Amino acid sequence: MLAYIARRILASVPVMIVVALFVFLLLRLTPGDPAAIIAGDMATPAQLDQIRQSLGLNEPLVTQFVTWSGQLLSGDFGRSLISRTPVLTLIGQRLEPTLSLAIVTMIITLVLSIPMGVLAAWRHGSLTDSAVMAVSVLGFSIPVFVTGYIFIQIFAIDLRIFPVQGFKSISEGFWPFFSRIFLPALTLATIYIALIARMTRAAMLDVLGEDYVRTARAKGLSERVVLFRHALRNAAVPILTVVGTGFALMISGVVVTESVFNIPGLGRLTVDAILARDYPVIQALILLTSGIYVVINLLIDISYAFMDPRIRY
Amino acid sequence: MSAADMPDTKTDDVLVVENLVVETAGREPATILAGVSLRVAPGETVCLVGESGSGKSVTSLATMGLLPKGALVARSGRILVEGEDVLTAKLARLRQLRATRMSMIFQEPMTALNPVLTIESQLEEVLSAHSQMGAKERRDRIRGILDLVKLPDVERMCRSYPHQLSGGQRQRVMIAMALVLEPKLLIADEPTTALDVTTQKEILRLIAEIQERLGTSVLFITHDMGVVADIATRVYVMRHGEIVEEGPIQKILEAPQRDYTRDLLASVPALHPREGRAATSREIVLSTSELGMVYRQPSLFRKREGTVAAKDVNLTLTRGRTLGVVGESGSGKSTVARCVMRLIDPTEGSIRLRGQEIVGLSRGALRPMRKRIQMIFQDPNRSLNPRLTVGDSITEGPINYGTPPTAARERAKELLQLVGLPTDAIDRHPHQFSGGQRQRIAIARALAMEPDVLVADEAVSALDVSVQAQVLDLLDEIQTRLGVALLFITHDLRVAAQICDEVVVMQHGRVVEYGPTAEVLGHPRETYTRQLIEAAPGRHWDFPNFRPLAPGGPGSIEAMA
Repeated sequence: MLAYIARRILASVPVMIVVALFVFLLLRLTPGDPAAIIAGDMATPAQLDQIRQSLGLNEPLVTQFVTWSGQLLSGDFGRSLISRTPVLTLIGQRLEPTLSLAIVTMIITLVLSIPMGVLAAWRHGSLTDSAVMAVSVLGFSIPVFVTGYIFIQIFAIDLRIFPVQGFKSISEGFWPFFSRIFLPALTLATIYIALIARMTRAAMLDVLGEDYVRTARAKGLSERVVLFRHALRNAAVPILTVVGTGFALMISGVVVTESVFNIPGLGRLTVDAILARDYPVIQALILLTSGIYVVINLLIDISYAFMDPRIRY
Repeated sequence: MSAADMPDTKTDDVLVVENLVVETAGREPATILAGVSLRVAPGETVCLVGESGSGKSVTSLATMGLLPKGALVARSGRILVEGEDVLTAKLARLRQLRATRMSMIFQEPMTALNPVLTIESQLEEVLSAHSQMGAKERRDRIRGILDLVKLPDVERMCRSYPHQLSGGQRQRVMIAMALVLEPKLLIADEPTTALDVTTQKEILRLIAEIQERLGTSVLFITHDMGVVADIATRVYVMRHGEIVEEGPIQKILEAPQRDYTRDLLASVPALHPREGRAATSREIVLSTSELGMVYRQPSLFRKREGTVAAKDVNLTLTRGRTLGVVGESGSGKSTVARCVMRLIDPTEGSIRLRGQEIVGLSRGALRPMRKRIQMIFQDPNRSLNPRLTVGDSITEGPINYGTPPTAARERAKELLQLVGLPTDAIDRHPHQFSGGQRQRIAIARALAMEPDVLVADEAVSALDVSVQAQVLDLLDEIQTRLGVALLFITHDLRVAAQICDEVVVMQHGRVVEYGPTAEVLGHPRETYTRQLIEAAPGRHWDFPNFRPLAPGGPGSIEAMA
């Protein structure tokens, strides 16, 4: 088991190196002088020179990459060209809202979608099944910003249960945090509920036809045990895959939701950085999202081994 | 339970099925079981025999209350387990009855156990669902039953997952799971069909032993007359959802009343090898020498020992002859077939096809040789592309090798006639044919290439005995007519005895014994060959002649000594 985990971790190192190389080349290979791009139209020659110096642009590409990677490894991601604050600090400030949003979204998704999928598969062909499928089609087809504004209209303006928008850290108390994060999370969750409920249903339908499910019933076990202990665990691998990639995609998908609900998270930071051509920030954000992808994939791989003993080779 | 709860059971039968009618659900129900009645007395082993589609499995599932929801419905009749009607029982009550009064074991021990749960937890949940036992008591009970089914190293077994056990061990676990609460009735649905003969023999013996010890009644469902002859006290013969004939085993085997039963018995291939045929040609079409296949798992850190799938295999096949390769699973017989087909590349040795070496030939150089050797696979339901018409499947090969499509189509029609199918089959799809017909199509497809050698990998194993007999006859006839040589891979000694001129017996990737069929199966020299023959079910019975084999007579084990 440990050997398996070690192998998976080792296998993710080359992926990160390739990503780093790509991010590095992103700036270097953009047509024109990177220093001129960074400095903007109004720069003086002296400023350009200074930027070239600071980026080490006069060195050969390989040396530049090694120096740059070395800086990354020691935690130096450079400074924002706009605000002059270190990129890491900038991202640190924005990480909490986004992570909170992602995690709450995932919790809502899992709590709703998996039982929905299991129920639909168990009652295959029934009204319940059709209802779950209908909800899932809706979840897929309505754009996030529409769902978001509908929820605001209903829950915040008409029913006045939650504030319209904004974000409060969990350190300021659970309710202030939860009341603000719930609507955006639910909004974001609609797509994932649709996706994962469908996936769960499909995987469960496959598994429910298996011989060992019949065996479990022949043993006189209750339907709850048959469904959740015998069937769901076997259906877990494809579901986990979707949950994992879904979570990773969510990190990049929060942009719209953060805008609708005015949450100062990574999504907003990304938009701002791209609009302002703040290259160091963009680079760091790409690295961060790729890093999250890689780590999540690693976690999925490891969780496979926990779910299915046949994978622990 | 008071007497009032047991309505009109006059006997003490453990299972009584009365006039059971099962239909498909939906608007136009089709009848699957048309009034089946049977009974099982305490301690009895009752065999329910029939070919595929006869309704024997449906009968057993109905008894367990496990008919697939929304697909099959029990319309009328009664199923009394110890006097209690299963059909009218509430679901909760039905659950209580399962595993405590009636249990079931299934055909495929590979798929019948949950792959993600340990053996112990799969056994334990039976106990926690049906009893108030404490943890300690459950632990002891589990170890006790695993001991009873004779699994080695019980502690390790408890921690194991199904994929870590062999097929025989998994079936033992299934039996343990079914019997841990000592139910009165055990329903065994083809429990040994997926197992090797030697394992089958052990499992059958185990069931008999436990039955004697616990007094369990067994309803044993099988298609194998050999198994029936070995274990049954009474037999029910089923066909098209009806009981055709019933009676004590002796009566069914010696004096079957109905034509269907007689046909069924007559199609069981005799274990006694057929007379050797005179060789018609001396031309060697296929030979291997020192053929070997070792699977190595690549590893970065250390050199690993490979798995030897075949080693030092020498065989020779002449024109118009049939060479059988027999052995149990893992013996290497399929590896040999795949090497000869060059579907996999052997790691050592040579293969000569009509005198030409084919090991090491490149894909391009191999291409003209591929025509010379063709394969028929085990499962005709999966070996034919469901989206191609029969004609397209048959003509695809010849057209690839340059035959004009119209000529190939004409030839396909001739071939369909040769394999006993109407020529209009050419525009239909595989799903419109039965299993036996599909295997005929597969044979026609292989013959379309006009090969010198046909490799048949378990080509009749998936077929019912009556169909099996027809396909074997067909192969024989084709061989006589076309002079094609057959390499016949099978685990079934009866089939080998009836079709092969020579036999190779394989074990652990090596050839154990090789010679004329009459010699090898009639007077085996090696212990392993003898074990295989002894394990063949029903080997004391001469089915086609409705009589026991005389001790010392042809085919009996005494004659081999």
